[in-house]
Amino acid sequence: MSKTKIILGCFDDPDDMMQGITNLQKNSVPIYDIYTPMPIHGIEAKMGVKDSRLGYAAFCFGCLGLTVITSIVYYTLVGDWPQNIGGKPSFAMPDFIPFMFEWTILFTAFGMTLTFFAATHLFPGRAPRVMDLRATDDRFIIAVDAKGNIPHDDITNLLKEAGAVEVKHNERKYVSYE
Amino acid sequence: MAHHHESIIREPLMTGKDMTYARITDEILLPVENKPNKAWWIGFIVSALGAMLWVVSISLTFWYGLGEWGLNKTVGWAWDITGFVWWVGIGHAGTLISAVLLVFSQNWRNSINRSAEAMTIFAVICAATYIVAHMGRPWLAYFTLPLPNQYGSLWVNWNSALMMDVFAISTYFSVSLLFWYTGLLPDIASIRDRAKGLRRRIYSILSFGWTGSLKTWQRFETVSLILAGISTPLVLSVHTIVSFDFATSLEPGWHTTIFPPYFVAGAIFSGFAMVQTLLLVTRKVLGLENYITMFHIESMNKIILLTGSIVGVAYITEFFIAWYSGVEYEQYAFINRATGPYWWAYWSMMSCNVISPQLFWSSKLRRNIPFSWALSIVVNIGMWFERFVIIVTSLHRDYIPSSWAMFYPTWVDVGVFIGSIGVFFTLFLLFIRVLPSVAIAEVKLLLKTASEQAKMKQIKEGHLEPAEVQYYKESLTKYDSVDMADYENV
Repeated sequence: MSKTKIILGCFDDPDDMMQGITNLQKNSVPIYDIYTPMPIHGIEAKMGVKDSRLGYAAFCFGCLGLTVITSIVYYTLVGDWPQNIGGKPSFAMPDFIPFMFEWTILFTAFGMTLTFFAATHLFPGRAPRVMDLRATDDRFIIAVDAKGNIPHDDITNLLKEAGAVEVKHNERKYVSYE
Repeated sequence: MAHHHESIIREPLMTGKDMTYARITDEILLPVENKPNKAWWIGFIVSALGAMLWVVSISLTFWYGLGEWGLNKTVGWAWDITGFVWWVGIGHAGTLISAVLLVFSQNWRNSINRSAEAMTIFAVICAATYIVAHMGRPWLAYFTLPLPNQYGSLWVNWNSALMMDVFAISTYFSVSLLFWYTGLLPDIASIRDRAKGLRRRIYSILSFGWTGSLKTWQRFETVSLILAGISTPLVLSVHTIVSFDFATSLEPGWHTTIFPPYFVAGAIFSGFAMVQTLLLVTRKVLGLENYITMFHIESMNKIILLTGSIVGVAYITEFFIAWYSGVEYEQYAFINRATGPYWWAYWSMMSCNVISPQLFWSSKLRRNIPFSWALSIVVNIGMWFERFVIIVTSLHRDYIPSSWAMFYPTWVDVGVFIGSIGVFFTLFLLFIRVLPSVAIAEVKLLLKTASEQAKMKQIKEGHLEPAEVQYYKESLTKYDSVDMADYENV
């Protein structure tokens, strides 16, 4: 049995890579992942990737920020130490809008971005799981899991037909550990 | 998927023949992957000397207190707050370019957003140093936070515009930093995958393990768009709140409702001027003429013209309202600005900010690089004077003539200011050495749609209106990075 673990179709043009995806999909070859140096528009629909739910997370974090700052202001000015400032109500709402606004933004930004980092497993010091070093430079990579797939030569041909400049049969999944 | 073809009558956002994805990476990473040239060293040494002056001046301020500055009982805010507002204003262009222009799908932002955002962060750092320094006892800066304390607890004053400023500036700084760094991840990964040894290890840590997989990019784009969406009102709120520091007071010359929009326009105005100051030099020294093109320069000059005109209208409105209000203190404040002992500051502001940007109505001047560079400096001098005029000339003569006084800066005041410029340039020069000064991934998006090369291909394929092609060719003549000889036989 072949030792190949992963097959990489390396393209130098995003349009050719999209053709490569079409070829594989027509032949029911499951795609492991796709690595590109830049975002490719329209690829999510093609790959059937659902919309990101980060927007909902952002909204929830925004609400949290608003609640936290409103609670702090309310507690300090009404609960803990009410003051008589010209006979006005202790909780003078219009003055607090800037605080509420700023912390809504602050919590939205950090909450959402940290959720993104957590969901994508991004954190300082994480070993980069790179399959091809040029995927962050000028190569658009389609990775196909070699196990249990149709004959590897057929996959190679499908990728070559689409215009792959190189097809790699790698015995190791990630190169960056070397 | 066929790439969307952009209309031929739009100017290219990237020039150059035989551009490839690899070439974009190579050219942008050139300063990061090689030893710096002489121009960089000269700039760095001069800036570092400036930064040292800052260290000396700020140390004296911390050691002996605010008596080192020229402040007096009447003028309690002068160069410190002038410097603070000036730097915060400069910081606005970065977020404006990265957020507002993203929301409006202005693709020309792709080439300039990275360095503009870096500039924002360094400018806000400079601004924050003024705030901390002007407290007099910087080690008590935490008093501005709502922390439980042994006085009761005696909480912070939530009704004060200065508190709002603490929240606005800290949120602005941290969100800008987050936005900038998230955008940097793919580009740091590009450096990492080309580096060896220790460099690879360092950039690997900094890259957070970025791989550029399908799902990563999808989430990245969602995050970028939402961050842009929330940063747009944020950037407008920050300078609005800075203007509250003045507008909510009862000081003649400060107590005006026009301040928020007027400050925001002024901030964008000075921010774009600083972007021009930096990028016109960076583009030349780092050889980025194909990425930061004449179109970018001209677009920024148009924004300078627009915001400069808004600022001009605001100055005149302020003057009119002072007269129309019938309040004699307000009237005096403005007469004093224009004709009092600080008349030279007022007229410097007027000529630098209102008159000089009007020269940009001329397309010839808008496309003249040395002129644009010189004008960007003039604008920033003018914007410094604007803050000086608002702060010092309002304070030095207000209600009681017996308290009237003049403000004279000490050498420490001057040292802190010149020094902060040194700090800013030191940080910027270090930035262009260790991180890509142009967003590589975003510029790659332009290659097949908005580049000169893609448009050339479109022309060669035919099927275009000859009149439109002619229009396009004429628009190319302004570019200094396009060789018109290529278009003679097309």
